[in-house]
Amino acid sequence: MKTQNKEVLFGLYNDETELLSAIKHAKDDHLDIMDVLTPFPVHGLDPLLGLKESRLHIAGFVYGATGTLIAFLFMTWVFVRDWPIIFGGKPYFAAPSFIPVTFEFTVLLAAIGMTVTFYTICGMGPGIINPILDSRITDNKFCIAFDVTHGNANEEKFRSFFSKTGASEVLSKNI
Amino acid sequence: MGHYVSPLRIPLIEGNKTYAEITDDICKPTERTPTKLWVLAFTVSVAFLALYFFVVTWTIWQGIGSWNLNRTIGWGWDITNFVWWVGIGHAGTLISAILLLFRQRWRTGVNRAAEAMTIFAVICAGQFPIFHMGRVWLAFFVFPYPNTRGPLWLNFNSPLMWDVFAISTYFTVSLLFWYTGLVPDFATVRDRAKGLRWKIYNFLSFGWTGSAKHWQRWEALSLVLAGLSTPLVLSVHTIVSFDFATSIIPGWHTTIFPPYFVAGAIFSGFAMVLTLMIIARKVLNLEQYITIEHIESMNKVILLTGSIVGVAYLTELFVAWYSGYIYEQFAFYNRVLGPYWWSYFGMMTCNVISPQFFWSKKIRRSIAWTFALSIVVNIGMWFERFVIIATTLARDYLPSSWSYYSPSWVEIGMFLGSLGLFFTCFLIFTRVAPVVAIAEVKSILKVAGDQYIGPKAKKHDHH
Repeated sequence: MKTQNKEVLFGLYNDETELLSAIKHAKDDHLDIMDVLTPFPVHGLDPLLGLKESRLHIAGFVYGATGTLIAFLFMTWVFVRDWPIIFGGKPYFAAPSFIPVTFEFTVLLAAIGMTVTFYTICGMGPGIINPILDSRITDNKFCIAFDVTHGNANEEKFRSFFSKTGASEVLSKNI
Repeated sequence: MGHYVSPLRIPLIEGNKTYAEITDDICKPTERTPTKLWVLAFTVSVAFLALYFFVVTWTIWQGIGSWNLNRTIGWGWDITNFVWWVGIGHAGTLISAILLLFRQRWRTGVNRAAEAMTIFAVICAGQFPIFHMGRVWLAFFVFPYPNTRGPLWLNFNSPLMWDVFAISTYFTVSLLFWYTGLVPDFATVRDRAKGLRWKIYNFLSFGWTGSAKHWQRWEALSLVLAGLSTPLVLSVHTIVSFDFATSIIPGWHTTIFPPYFVAGAIFSGFAMVLTLMIIARKVLNLEQYITIEHIESMNKVILLTGSIVGVAYLTELFVAWYSGYIYEQFAFYNRVLGPYWWSYFGMMTCNVISPQFFWSKKIRRSIAWTFALSIVVNIGMWFERFVIIATTLARDYLPSSWSYYSPSWVEIGMFLGSLGLFFTCFLIFTRVAPVVAIAEVKSILKVAGDQYIGPKAKKHDHH
């Protein structure tokens, strides 16, 4: 990922309960949180940060429905139009025996489509390097990050916030 | 945390672990030099893998005639092994997907390894129908692509064709699901690594940072993939059973096959998970993450599915008798008392009688018993497939074609070799990837760690 020349001030917390109460404080203080990074999905974090529910499942439905249509229509075209053959006395349009392949193809397209979409919208992929604030964030530290260079951000305000909410460490990094 | 946890809940993570200790314990096996035991196991597995390459080359060179299949018995050890391996794979998806939907927390200790097992088992399963094709270099004919032969399309009405779609979809979806779960854990390994190791894990972790929005999407993706995998896994063994059930062979042509095959698949899969986990937890020092509670839970699943399979066997016999249809009656008479009576006997003993020991809590919680019975169940489930396939074909409609089948050394070698392929993959997996889902275990620590719940819980309110 290309550097954006952002000065990031971040605090590390030792526990998810401390993190959640700190975020509540940040909200009360009207601080603009750039990102929250955690070693595992912390429950109750999304509503606090005001994150809207992911629409990934809608994308999954669209991919799946595409798969259903492609598979069913293709088999219909093959056996009714392109090369009609009678198999075991069945009619050309033997819909029930198209079901297994249609189902499998639906699942296949939904799964591949959603996974690819997930990595794309998250800006992830093989070999992609995203800036890492601290190597302990994937271990046992819970991080709140502020963009110091953003608009009228006030670094002092952030620092006092971190000391008030009990951050174990406050660090900054240029990304 | 403010979560209410029922006092009846049992701890799933032992040893008063902190988050950092969890990271350490699970990452360590990938970081230290391999133990002697691992090297020994790997050497043996690779030897069997070499045998596999040899017999496969032999099969391609000499043709399928090097197997002992004959005009009457067209499916033997190959399809037996195929169904056996696919069945083993099912437990991984059951643990990772169905137990996720049911919010079973104990899945987090074993899901990663079980999913890996699924993927390797499906790879092994795929080998048998592929090489049974004979002219394996034309194997791509199974995919519907515009070709110069008309284009002549596939027979989409055939259950064998459905199988191609089912198995390849199952493999792809399992791989995506497994890898998506691995990405955050690869990031954990990356952040502990340096130099070349960092480069490799950086590549594998796709640039994961742990951002709240990414976790939210990750959970959404996992949930939908679980929702897709659940009907998928049921469909896969249903379709495998269609290979038999949609034919008009007495003994195969039964409506009971799909549920009976699915139950059998889960049964054998859990047995294989237990065989692997009992060894892995010991060798990799993961006894505090894969606890006796996990083993007991899996033994309960084995008891349930084993009993379902037992009921299915008895139902088949009853229906054959009650139908009044002499061909069906003969097929089952032949299964029980015919030339392959020993395999029916082995199947009944291993699959119906042996899991009943798990009614005893003491046996369910005994490592030695569980290990022994898990192997017995795996043998029994192999016999089940052999009984269904070989005994049925050996006595067809025309007594002059009746025949007997025993495998050639090539077929035996291919089965043993597939075990080598499986264990080689699994042993490499234990060296390069975290065997327990680190992030997921951390996320249940406060509701399942022994310092928070259970008899050893500290009295203080930790919040």
